[in-house]
Amino acid sequence: MGIFLLKRGMTFLATLWATSVVVFVVLEVLPGDPALVILGVDAPDSAIHALREQLGLNRPTWERYVDWVTGVMVGDFGTSYTYSVPVSELILERLQVTVPLALMSMSITVIVALALGIYAASRHGKAGDWGVMIFSQLGIAVPGFWFGILLILLFAVVLKWFKAGGFAGWDAGMLPALQSLLLPAIALAAFQVAVLARITRSSVLEVAREDFVRTARAKGLSRRATLWRHVLRNALIPVITVMGLQFANLLAGTIVIESVFSLPGIGRLIIGAISNRDLVVVSGVTLLLAAMVVLVNFVVDLLYAVIDPRVAVHD
Amino acid sequence: MTDAAASPATDRQPPGFLARAWRHRSFMIGAALTGAMIAMALVSLVWTPHSATEIVIKRMLQAPTAAHWFGTDQFGRDILSMIMVGAQNSIVVGIIAVGIGIVGGSALGLTASAYRGWVEELIMRLTDFTYAFPAILVAILITAAWSPGIVNAILAIGIANVAIFARVVRGAANAMWAREFVLAARAAGRGRLAITVSHILPNITSIIVVQATIQFAIAILAEAALSYLGLGTQPPDPSWGRMLAEAQNFILLVPRLAVYPGLAIVFAVLGLNLLGDGLRDLLDPRLARQR
Repeated sequence: MGIFLLKRGMTFLATLWATSVVVFVVLEVLPGDPALVILGVDAPDSAIHALREQLGLNRPTWERYVDWVTGVMVGDFGTSYTYSVPVSELILERLQVTVPLALMSMSITVIVALALGIYAASRHGKAGDWGVMIFSQLGIAVPGFWFGILLILLFAVVLKWFKAGGFAGWDAGMLPALQSLLLPAIALAAFQVAVLARITRSSVLEVAREDFVRTARAKGLSRRATLWRHVLRNALIPVITVMGLQFANLLAGTIVIESVFSLPGIGRLIIGAISNRDLVVVSGVTLLLAAMVVLVNFVVDLLYAVIDPRVAVHD
Repeated sequence: MTDAAASPATDRQPPGFLARAWRHRSFMIGAALTGAMIAMALVSLVWTPHSATEIVIKRMLQAPTAAHWFGTDQFGRDILSMIMVGAQNSIVVGIIAVGIGIVGGSALGLTASAYRGWVEELIMRLTDFTYAFPAILVAILITAAWSPGIVNAILAIGIANVAIFARVVRGAANAMWAREFVLAARAAGRGRLAITVSHILPNITSIIVVQATIQFAIAILAEAALSYLGLGTQPPDPSWGRMLAEAQNFILLVPRLAVYPGLAIVFAVLGLNLLGDGLRDLLDPRLARQR
């Protein structure tokens, strides 16, 4: 286990480092002159020169990279060109929307998908199974942002139960804040529920065919007890790997869903930064999102080894 | 290939691909939906009920009529014509983005499988690494550095596809390298490249085709999402995703504007997914039994 941890830890750090290089190269080196990107080609020379000075663009590339990375490590992402405030402040403020949204969506995904998947497997070949499979086929085909628009149409325009968008803010109290995140979380979860329910179903079916399950039944264990004690424990191993990937997708998905529901999260921040050509914000937020994805995958790898010790031994 | 030769001879010939396909319900539904999308796109190349880009303010936001089956948008453009031309857009994005994935991913996957060792390790770590950047994040990086547009959107989706195809192809190719007929070819002194081209690739084509169908559907979803955010197709070219973004501004006034483009996406993606599932069953019956 020790060697496994060390290896995975090293891979995790190497991936983080590579991520920072990619973000830096794409945003700071490939476009040529970031000052030109930010101000546009029509900007006067003096303004471009001043911005170059301000951003330290006259220094060698590697020096800028080292400065940027060491800054990021202590939470200094630079100063936003548009908002004139530290990017870390902007990020912290926006994470208060994005992180709860992603967590809420993930909880909905796990609860609904596991329930549907296990139910479908237990009704294998019957109407309930077919119903779940049709729902999941549809869920995979419906774009999350369109589902979000339909939810707004139904619950905000027709029924008027929810607001069409916006965030109440945590100061307004827990309930109104969670309420403004509920529809976006459902919209974000729909696709992932469809995927995870399918995987849970086929994983449970596969394990249910194993010999040890037959043995458990033969020794007199009830169908229910076999399912909970023997089948699920083994069936959930692949499901957890998929969940890790799904959390990464959810984080990326918040970028679109926040736009649908006008939520002031990380996604809206980065889309705004692109139209304002605020490269400092774009690089900070992309690095953060990519790092979160890498971190989640790392944690899933470790969890995987805890649930199935064979993984660590074989590695 | 070798399985067929090894299996005991039967009196009756097994039904051909087309006969089995005809009886496969989800394959047929998928083929019909996908066929309809392709037909719509092809027809729109030569004919649409109205121009998809012409702005006629006096007929803005009209309800569906005989002249405009799906009504008109805020600029008086014919919705049906826009959806038809939008299909072209989705198909082009899908073909190129999946094409990038197949070419790049197959090359990487086959190389990894043929050389194993550190080459495989390096290629697989590279594909692992691209998972850190979901397509939308790649698109954001590219559009922030250059400019939003369809070419950059295709590139972003294509890069994400390369990693996916590399993994799938490597897995399938590794299984092939362990087969007897490949061992025989190696014993006969054939090189890795020759074996890859003449034995490995032809035997994993069906897996690539199935994956391509599924990635095509995902590419359509990704393009729609990017265009919705303004990072994909740019005006005046119609795109289903951008039509939805524009429709949302009028959701209180004309909710149906937000329905048609969404349905177009759902039918296209559903069709491709069903087609992919059906192809998997038909091309590899062993996988079908496992499901």
